[in-house]
Amino acid sequence: MALLEVDHLRIEFPTRRSTLVAVDDISFSIDQGEVLGIVGESGAGKSITGAAIIGLLEPPGRIAHGAILLEGRQINGLPNEAMRRIRGARIGVIFQDPLTSLNPLYTIGRQLVQTILTHTALNAAQARKFAVDLLNDVGIPAAKHRIDSYPHVFSGGMRQRVVIALALCANPDLIIADEPTTALDVSIQAQIIALLRRLCREHNTAIMLITHDMGVIAETADRVAVMYAGRIAEIGSLRDVVKKPKHPYTVGLMASIPVIDEENDELPHIKGSMPGLLEIPPGCAFNPRCPDVFDRCRRERPDLMPTGNPNQIAACWKYNGTNTNG
Amino acid sequence: MVDRESKMEISGISGRKGKIGGWVRRVTDHDIFYSFTRSPVTILACFATLVILLSSVFAPWLTPHDPFNPASLDLMEAFTPPVWIEDGTWKYPLGTDDQGRDILSTIMYGNRISLIVGFFAVLFSMLIGVTLGTVSGYVGGWFEVVTMRLADAQLTVPPILIALLVDGVARTTLPRELQEDMAIYVLIFSIGIAAWPQYARVTRSGAMVERNKEYIAAAQVIGIRPVRIMLGHIVPNVMGPTLVMATIGVALAVIIEATLSFLGIGVPPTTPSLGTLIRIGNDFLFSGEWWITIFPVVALVVLVLAVNLIGDWLRDTFNPKLR
Amino acid sequence: MIFYIIKRVFQAAAVMILVAFISFVLFNYVGDPVNNMVGQEATIEDREALRDRLGLNDPVIVQFSRFVIHALEGNFGISYRMQRPVKDLIAERLPATLELVFSSAVLALVLGIPLGIYTGLHRDSWLSRLILSSSLAGVSLPTFVIGILLIYVFSVSLNVLPSYGRGDVVKIFGSWTTGLLTTSGLKAIILPSITLCLYQLTLILRIVRAEMLEVLLTDYIKFARARGLTDRAINFGHALKNTLVPVITVTGLQVGSLIAFSIITETVFQWPGMGFLFIQAVLFADVPIMAAYMVLMALFFVIINLIVDLLYFVVDPRLRIERTMTNG
Repeated sequence: MALLEVDHLRIEFPTRRSTLVAVDDISFSIDQGEVLGIVGESGAGKSITGAAIIGLLEPPGRIAHGAILLEGRQINGLPNEAMRRIRGARIGVIFQDPLTSLNPLYTIGRQLVQTILTHTALNAAQARKFAVDLLNDVGIPAAKHRIDSYPHVFSGGMRQRVVIALALCANPDLIIADEPTTALDVSIQAQIIALLRRLCREHNTAIMLITHDMGVIAETADRVAVMYAGRIAEIGSLRDVVKKPKHPYTVGLMASIPVIDEENDELPHIKGSMPGLLEIPPGCAFNPRCPDVFDRCRRERPDLMPTGNPNQIAACWKYNGTNTNG
Repeated sequence: MVDRESKMEISGISGRKGKIGGWVRRVTDHDIFYSFTRSPVTILACFATLVILLSSVFAPWLTPHDPFNPASLDLMEAFTPPVWIEDGTWKYPLGTDDQGRDILSTIMYGNRISLIVGFFAVLFSMLIGVTLGTVSGYVGGWFEVVTMRLADAQLTVPPILIALLVDGVARTTLPRELQEDMAIYVLIFSIGIAAWPQYARVTRSGAMVERNKEYIAAAQVIGIRPVRIMLGHIVPNVMGPTLVMATIGVALAVIIEATLSFLGIGVPPTTPSLGTLIRIGNDFLFSGEWWITIFPVVALVVLVLAVNLIGDWLRDTFNPKLR
Repeated sequence: MIFYIIKRVFQAAAVMILVAFISFVLFNYVGDPVNNMVGQEATIEDREALRDRLGLNDPVIVQFSRFVIHALEGNFGISYRMQRPVKDLIAERLPATLELVFSSAVLALVLGIPLGIYTGLHRDSWLSRLILSSSLAGVSLPTFVIGILLIYVFSVSLNVLPSYGRGDVVKIFGSWTTGLLTTSGLKAIILPSITLCLYQLTLILRIVRAEMLEVLLTDYIKFARARGLTDRAINFGHALKNTLVPVITVTGLQVGSLIAFSIITETVFQWPGMGFLFIQAVLFADVPIMAAYMVLMALFFVIINLIVDLLYFVVDPRLRIERTMTNG
């Protein structure tokens, strides 16, 4: 059984004029200990999906349809208190900006200990010792002293390590990492990603890695889901999606990534831009920009379908009729 | 967007009619109008303000009696209670005071004075504030430093205290004969002085933001003189929040004026504002003629509340964070 | 950090000197002190002699220094109207004002903060809306109107509370007269304190609410929720502490308003405090009292601001480093 299963999820934002559909019928799953990368441009619906999974969708946003299952048990629509117990203990979250994620008026020790006490049966002294160990583990030097420091004395990379410590302290089964390295220097990014990967491997924690940075995905993910305009365009193993993309959008995406040893005069790009929520065309959302478009694409929206490769599915009419074995 | 244009085509509206219809549609479609009509409180407030405004402007024609013409007063009619109490008459719907003046008429005239002082005081402080603020923000340098220091210093003191002090000092400096005539101007001046810093602060930040924009650089390159740039480009762009402040500012100015008049150092007794009326009526509170003070109190409250509500709504509407 | 405190103290002193100067100008040059002190019949020679004796013909610097030295002793001359030393008048009235101001400040904080928290947490409940609408009244109604209405309801109609004066007072600590130890004194202070506290209460309520709402939207609160912390820990632990910083600011800023509105409140209730004294001084152009009042209020102001600044240090750790760093 998959650890997390998202089933035909649809997230809407009712406004006074109309209803915006931010996420339109997506389905995917994450297994124990697996790293699923969710890639897409800004506005594709990645972060909203993450928010919905832990039940922190900002009103007026709401889950209009679909189910989210944690180890087979449905968690969307659970009452607040039940959801709270899941957050932190079963599903942890890491946000983008480490500076604003930490309360400036409390020491990092206090914030750690509070979280530990909330989810475990340790007493205060044990919690503090555990916190020090945790800080050591994430690579904060002189953890015993630094534990009583305030967030603002730390650098960005250090803060993000603290955030990781906070997210992992209750030993959750799944971590949702929403752009964990985007706000950091490039040199620090690699370190943080390596840290995250190591810790999760050690504790067999699954990661849902949301990002627009393909480089990060390439380092970390086992599988990749490509999102476009609130829908999933393609899901497959990392190798397959990157080396042999099936959906035309993914193809364009991979082609536009500069490779250091290739000589290109001009970087290929996909013409046009991703449509805003109010301007999604009928049929396949990508059809106005697709080089392989044909008539059906403009009329009917394709579901994720087999593409000939057993581990890869794509939402594209090109593969209609292909069975799993090509 | 697809909707509006095709709708107009379908309904066949064209030419002049289309223009006006289009304009009406633009107003009614606008966000501001939407939030306005969705807020019944604001509509009520607007209505009330309109009534007060019109009744005070047209007071001389509307009032059945001129309360400040001694000839028309009849002492026998003094202390008449409001119409719904025994002994009241429709001739004086809200009763009369100790001199036989019709309370309703005195209120309408009182509104007038209060509104005049309030309005001109705000105008005065806006004039000072916007000018100083725009120049500070646009030109900068020592002018900005000095002006803003002054503004900050003054902002730590509440406006009413400043108005009190300025008014008090003016009284002690002016010779006794001139005090009555100049009282209204002194009052407008005091309240105006008390409020300029906030306008200066707001326009200065606005000016600083605009100053860095490209269209200003373009104007400078063409060689438009600074004064014209400030007047023509900067000021119109910073007026938005300033006008919101001005609306709430009128309410505050009315309160300050009423307070000063109540304390006896506001408008002269010959042109009583609502504050003066309340002061006069206060003496009769204990002897049972409550209406002489309570009705002006209600009038003042309604006026201030209405203006405040409109200002509140304006501020919420223009605040991008809350949208 | 010591440097910061010293710097602030110097700033405070500078402000005081400025205010003293303005007071001095008022005192000596506005109107003619001599004219105010002698009758119409005095001859010109007499006036000149008086001028000399009062030192009014000395250079400005000398006069100003004299003024400052006297002020430091508390000597502000003699009231024109009451013909008594200003010092004594102030000493008599100060306790009344301070007690009034203190009790209304306490009321405003004790009621304002909890109400602000409640309306911030339960944004859309009907109780919140009710509280907010009533708070609009607190801001819209001028202080004297509130006073009059309270008098009308509780003194005239219901006749349960007195409408003027301080009630019976008792002397403690030497010369401090307090009304808080007698029943009639306590009864007398109720209406004036409520009147005075309403404006600040409204402001505090709104600030706390606004801050709560804003803080609840921050990333660290979002992260705290994502970590599964209880609502109680989030609302009263994280959110509340962050809202206290602006509350301190506002409370500090309120000092000015307190002074201003206490003048009005004292006048409405004929409370024998310094504000009442001041108004009568303005009405009768009694300059020595006006000058003294200005200096005293400035002092009060400056002290409170200093305390507020120090409180910041205690509450917000970020400031400790910032301030000390910019001061070397």
